[in-house]
Amino acid sequence: MKVLILGLCLITCAAAAQDFAALRAELVEEVKYFAELDRGTRAGTFSDSVIRSLSTVERHKFVPQTELRSAYANRPLPIGHGQTISQPYIVALMTDLIAPEESDVVLEVGTGSGYQAAILAELVQHVYTIEIIEPLFSTATIRLDTLGYDNVTTRLGDGYYGWEQHAPFDAIIVTAAASHVPPPLIRQLKTGGRMVIPVGGRFMTQQLLLIEKTEQDEIITRQIAAVRFVPLTGEH
Amino acid sequence: MRRLLFAILLVSAAAIGYEILLMRVLSIVQWHHFAYMIISLALLGYGASGTFIALLRRHLEPHFTATFALSALLFSIAMLLCFVLGQRVPFNALEVVWDRRQFLYLSAIYLIFFVPFFFAACCIGLAFTCRRTDISRIYFADLLGAGLGAALVIGALFMLLPQNALLALVGLALTASALVGLGSTMQRPLFAVQFVWLLFVLIGIPEGWLSLRLSEFKGLNQAMQVIDARIAHTASSPLGVLTVVESPTVPFRDAPGLSFGSRHVPPEQLGVFTDGDALSVITRYDGDLSKLGYLGDVAAALPYGLLESPAVLVLGAGGGSDILLALHNGASRVDAVELNPQMNGLVRDTYAEFAGHLYNETRVAVHTGEARGFVARSETHYDLIQIGLLDSFSASGAGVQSLHESYLYTVEGLREYMAHLRPGGLLAITRWIKLPPRDSLKLFAIGIEALRAAGVEEPGQRLAMIRSWNTSTLLIKNGDLTAHDVATIRQFAQTHWFDTAYYPGMPREEANRFNVLDQAYIHDGAVALLGDDAEAFFSRYKFNIEPATDDRPYFFHFFKWETMREVMALRKRGGAGLIEWGYLVLVATFIQAVIAGCLLILLPLAGMRRTWPEGTGARMGSYFFLLGLAFLFVEMAFIQKFILFLSHPLYSVAVVLSGFLVFAGIGSAYSARLRRRSPAISVVGAIVIIASIYIFALPIVFRQFIGLADSVKIALSIVLIAPLAFFMGMPFPLGLKRLADRAPDFIPWAWGINGFASVLSAALATLLAIGFGFTAVLLLALLLYATAAFTIRDW
Repeated sequence: MKVLILGLCLITCAAAAQDFAALRAELVEEVKYFAELDRGTRAGTFSDSVIRSLSTVERHKFVPQTELRSAYANRPLPIGHGQTISQPYIVALMTDLIAPEESDVVLEVGTGSGYQAAILAELVQHVYTIEIIEPLFSTATIRLDTLGYDNVTTRLGDGYYGWEQHAPFDAIIVTAAASHVPPPLIRQLKTGGRMVIPVGGRFMTQQLLLIEKTEQDEIITRQIAAVRFVPLTGEH
Repeated sequence: MRRLLFAILLVSAAAIGYEILLMRVLSIVQWHHFAYMIISLALLGYGASGTFIALLRRHLEPHFTATFALSALLFSIAMLLCFVLGQRVPFNALEVVWDRRQFLYLSAIYLIFFVPFFFAACCIGLAFTCRRTDISRIYFADLLGAGLGAALVIGALFMLLPQNALLALVGLALTASALVGLGSTMQRPLFAVQFVWLLFVLIGIPEGWLSLRLSEFKGLNQAMQVIDARIAHTASSPLGVLTVVESPTVPFRDAPGLSFGSRHVPPEQLGVFTDGDALSVITRYDGDLSKLGYLGDVAAALPYGLLESPAVLVLGAGGGSDILLALHNGASRVDAVELNPQMNGLVRDTYAEFAGHLYNETRVAVHTGEARGFVARSETHYDLIQIGLLDSFSASGAGVQSLHESYLYTVEGLREYMAHLRPGGLLAITRWIKLPPRDSLKLFAIGIEALRAAGVEEPGQRLAMIRSWNTSTLLIKNGDLTAHDVATIRQFAQTHWFDTAYYPGMPREEANRFNVLDQAYIHDGAVALLGDDAEAFFSRYKFNIEPATDDRPYFFHFFKWETMREVMALRKRGGAGLIEWGYLVLVATFIQAVIAGCLLILLPLAGMRRTWPEGTGARMGSYFFLLGLAFLFVEMAFIQKFILFLSHPLYSVAVVLSGFLVFAGIGSAYSARLRRRSPAISVVGAIVIIASIYIFALPIVFRQFIGLADSVKIALSIVLIAPLAFFMGMPFPLGLKRLADRAPDFIPWAWGINGFASVLSAALATLLAIGFGFTAVLLLALLLYATAAFTIRDW
């Protein structure tokens, strides 16, 4: 009997995993399709490696049980504690904007569910990620560990001062909202490095702030619209 | 009979008290969107109870006292249980564009809070139906109760937290039930239940039932998630619940618009949340301004570069940030105005040490009052009038304010501020930036309009704007900007890596240097708004950026139906931030009001006998429908208009609702004495004349008396409302009187149709006000009144 139950469980799990894989593939196609619609803008040029990472990371393992059915919907989802897991399209765009390379060391401020860190971990050498909400930190740390992301290091604490010990970083992603960009983070960005900050309320990212440190150590910032949208009629 | 009258007074007081309390509570746990919904669902309760009583009158009448006592008891129980249950509905306003279930949750909230009003209305309706000989005394008790209830709940909110005020209202309804239940046929079982309920309320309410469950996405809840954050202090009044949060491990570092080039970090700060959001900070200050170096590196510091030791007026002092900004940048004197006295108390007294006794500085004078009122009555002129960021970035970004009336940012408001500038003085307004731009361009358009209204022929010569990555600061000068001014603005922007968005003669290539946008949106927009084709630009722009006025004070309303389909299609491509969803919630409220009104008021009546003369249904149906719409249109327009005069939406709701109830009631009672053949036409004539005068006179009266004390302004508001409400109370009973003679069976329908129209008009009036302005809503109401009088002209 036990064997039968175990067998049924395994079959169910395998079927569910297959379902999720199919849903994930659909999601990736949708993201690619939408990116294609914005071709010609900064939002429409996702690299193959970013798409590959999106196809690999199992988003359903980063959302709460209550949101499992929507795990592969292309929308932000609540993860508790007033936080959200970002919309996959925005995750892809943010990741693409920092132009990750295999040798890169990346800092993330605001671990949340750990999904963005996992996406990055597929692409870069090491990800350092800081979270200020204790339960989220604990869950994400266990989750990333369980899923085998040993190139991700998590820390509970204040992200304002970055992570001096591992600085400078090739790229920094700040997912937590702030009234200003912390000057210490800019200092911890390598020459030629990039920082991305999503701007807007929860559930509705307005645009992405891209900060680049030039070879001359100048700071250039760009506001990247997530989508092609001309605010005047008749100018498509 | 005395006991019954007193019980009616208590029920009526509790009902309106509950209505006002719910607005307060839902503003705290959610946002501002529910005010219109609460008015609508209270009216739904009254409408549905009318239908219910009409259908079951024969069964209820013999057991009047028991039914009354039972209804009052159920009202008492429902107030508490629905308060608990309503907060447990997982409605998340921020998710409405993603999740259709949110509209179901919204409907669930609507239906839950309808229940207490249904039972309260049953009490009043039963008394009218079953004690017809005492109708005038019942009416008086009902109206007196409504007036007292509004005043009591506002008073109670000064002393009690909202949840404790709720218990007082529960007690009022229970007392009413006990008073009437004493002599009823079901005295014993009623007494038993009343006793058990009393015990439960006193000692049995489970822990957590009464706590306010704030949306987890409100700023306070987010701040409290941070390690080691704790609530240090709470203060509550009808103006808002203030919560002071200490966060020692991850400090608040509020410095909007701080330059990327800044090497300064803000010192320790305490977060002060109003109704769980709208973060303001109290900054640690020890008298040494050099420790506040970051305040020289924010975009809002721009005007100080153009002025020498200015005398400054800060509108919206909050926790004192803008006062520190002024002092740090060399102000010779700072007057500051803050609406909430408890906020001033925090800086002046509770955290005086922390804030370095900022409000006792000789250069600083802090006043309690509403900004527009303060400026209107002030005779002082300033070098600089400064309006900082009074709302939080997340609230601005999330569009939660779209239904919020704001008289601070209107053409008339800006004209008032400009009139208080010394020659060469500056008005400086800082706003969060949304992209594509909304706030910044709308504010620029308001500035242009205000300057033109003040007789300035070339407004472009007096305007300048710079932007950081998330804020814009607009300057309006009293006089043309000089070449030296322009050079200073450019220098300030360049030094701090801010972009200039507009100054007279600015070349386009300068608009997009440090913080690069896809296009030079704000500069291009500003130039277009100053050009001859501004009207075409407004209409071509995909967001509503037309200037807000006192007649349409919806600065935060950017929604355009034309853009709706496009932005909805873009939401999955990262375009969710383009959707102004607050307006959609109002539309949903309207739709659910129509559905609920049909199902709960009109549909049950369909089964009743119809024995009235042919043609009565259509004509009288139209009459009562039009009256329902017209009455609420006037009432809703007044609520929104009086916010400017009474400083706060809650005061306006309490004064206008109770004023209309009491004086319409008196008018209704008086109408029984009218002996003329067609009194409705004369009455409607009086309404049209008074309302027409008000359309022109109210802005003048408001301007003249806005600086008076709150108590005087409340009294004056009631005096203004009284004559109009008196006449508005007459057409309905006059129509009923006709029906009683000619088609008595239609009376329940008349009540139902009128109730239905009232239910949907609460949201409809707001939709129309946002679209066309209060004057248009009032004019439409007058047209509806006139049409109603016309439909029964020969009856």
